[in-house]
Amino acid sequence: MLGAKIAVARAAGALSRSSGRGATSLPGKLLMRMEPRAIERLARRLPQGSAVISATNGKTTTAAMVAAILERSGTRLVHNRAGANMAGGVASVLLAAARGDGIDGDAGLFEVDEFWLDRVVAQLRPRALLLANLFRDQLDRYGELETIADRWAATVAAAPDATLVLNADDPLVADLGRQRPPRQVVYFGLEDDGLALSQMAHASDSKHCRRCGAPYVYDAIHMGHLGRYHCPNGDSRRPRPDVQATGVELDGTRGARFALHVGAQHAVVALPLPGLYNVYNALGAAALASALGAPLGQIVEGLQATQAAFGRAETVSLGGRELAILLVKNPAGANEVLRTLALDDGDHDVLAVLNDNTADGRDISWVWDVDFELVARRVRRVTCSGTRAAELALRLKYAGVAPERLHVEPALERGLDAALADGAGRLVALPTYTAMLALRELLVARGAARGSFR
Amino acid sequence: MAEAGRATLRVCALYPDLMNIYADRGNLLMLERRCEWRSIGFEVSAAGLGEGVEPDAHDLFYLGGGQDRDQRLCALDLVETKRDALHAAAGRGALVLGVCGGYQLLGHRYALGDEEIPGLGLVDLETIRSDGARLIGNVAIEVDLDGDGRRRVLAGFENHAGHTHLGPAERPLGRVLKGHGNTGSSGLEGVRRGSVIGTYLHGPLLPKNAWFADWLIAAALGLDALDALDDRFEDAAHAEARRAAGV
Repeated sequence: MLGAKIAVARAAGALSRSSGRGATSLPGKLLMRMEPRAIERLARRLPQGSAVISATNGKTTTAAMVAAILERSGTRLVHNRAGANMAGGVASVLLAAARGDGIDGDAGLFEVDEFWLDRVVAQLRPRALLLANLFRDQLDRYGELETIADRWAATVAAAPDATLVLNADDPLVADLGRQRPPRQVVYFGLEDDGLALSQMAHASDSKHCRRCGAPYVYDAIHMGHLGRYHCPNGDSRRPRPDVQATGVELDGTRGARFALHVGAQHAVVALPLPGLYNVYNALGAAALASALGAPLGQIVEGLQATQAAFGRAETVSLGGRELAILLVKNPAGANEVLRTLALDDGDHDVLAVLNDNTADGRDISWVWDVDFELVARRVRRVTCSGTRAAELALRLKYAGVAPERLHVEPALERGLDAALADGAGRLVALPTYTAMLALRELLVARGAARGSFR
Repeated sequence: MAEAGRATLRVCALYPDLMNIYADRGNLLMLERRCEWRSIGFEVSAAGLGEGVEPDAHDLFYLGGGQDRDQRLCALDLVETKRDALHAAAGRGALVLGVCGGYQLLGHRYALGDEEIPGLGLVDLETIRSDGARLIGNVAIEVDLDGDGRRRVLAGFENHAGHTHLGPAERPLGRVLKGHGNTGSSGLEGVRRGSVIGTYLHGPLLPKNAWFADWLIAAALGLDALDALDDRFEDAAHAEARRAAGV
């Protein structure tokens, strides 16, 4: 019976692809409609079980890192690497891997949308669950941060057999491990105050103890509300991380180096991805891979071989210029991207693209919480594009960018061409989610980037 | 006009750390820059939990939106430590702008099922949490702030579960052109009683409506008019927000 339903869903997917639509979740959605337990029934076939990754920021990159690590030992993964991360996307990759009564893969690796986590985890019953961070994001779609945290707490309680891999530095996330026996929780965190911020960003969240409501006391702030904290009433404090990074050196938008400690062992990692946020992604990936049994050497090799996930610090060559694409989709993520950009010398040429489609969040209020002031005096020209280009330009003007350096061109292709035509050297693109997809489509059409959906 | 060079806009930001869920700081930034560009002084002081406010020391009090738990904390604190001062300030004509959750707290109460959050009682309204779908989306309203029949548009975004009901003598801020407004069905949006203004157009509404930022500056300082600025970007952002709302 499942076989017949899979055949129907596959045929629909093939039809949709041939009509030129890149929808990766459509066959899975269709299958779920015919067989609501499809994820459970297919995932059961994976001999080594599944691992799940969720977070506000870094899901796709972290999953790419874990894949690079696990695949080095020959593990064949069923992995939603294109980033379709709701139930339909997870079902789609599972059904693509289904073979008769079996499945073409050893283990499942799934990034899952933070709002879909409960439903997908209930079916996948993962061996390990990596929860990396919670930042304010798309309040019109997800609701308040506390609401997501409550849902996650319920998800964790309903998955008592899963090993939890948690970010010790995010109080909202670390708190989820409180009820678990210690051997079932792996914490990761940064043990390096050299990069600590002098003050919290405006958009910081979850600054209050989830137990008693008192504001946390921070001994160090690393990014957003991530750092070393404790509750003044002693109700909670940052757990000591099992997997740690020390001696972090950031090399602008090119990469980062740090010492990775796993238990009593440690090794230096030269990460080809930039910024402290990618160090956090690497720590989460290392902790998850370690929980799944990967040795340190393999973890280091995998991290060093990780390629940028599409649209995340991906660099292509176009019109004689280097184009670096850095996805921005919420204040915390955008602030880290800007902080990383500010490390590079010189004045930047920027193509900033703000869309307000459903997948971006219809509400663009968040751009006023992004600290564009970090780079306001470090830009030569900013081309603003997208459905809400004008408000983005206004935000930059009020951040201190001189108006004559600002250009508004809502249509993306015209914006891209205008940005490419003025200047030389590197152009940095800062697109929101649907803008990133549209930008990549343009790049693929021009032969500058590979498609990601095949 | 001659006084503008010597005037200073003194803003009191109420709970800027807690009541800022939708980037409310964009409003303060807007006021600050538009004063600065006109050589009008600008001062902002924060009043957090447990801190009293001086009713005569500020021309404009700003109260934004917060997460439910933070709104609850601030509501209790407002009533305990700031109510009398805010009544005194509003009584002498200082502007009080409540946005989203801050708007709800201007009224008598916010009822959430069994629970009730107290309000400042600056205006005659109450808010009741609805079990139905949240009222979310782009919104545009038509306002006549000076009562002279000159209608202007405020555009923004709303996201609220509370339905706000105005008392019989209370006037709304404006009429809904597109979107939900106070209840999703009354056609009314916000509240306006003299210098007290509340609205569900949340977070950075002033960047989308620079003209309203200027109206607030002028009203707070008692000026008839302000120097014109180069508002190309501001006008484009306003037009874009109106298009997003469909007007």
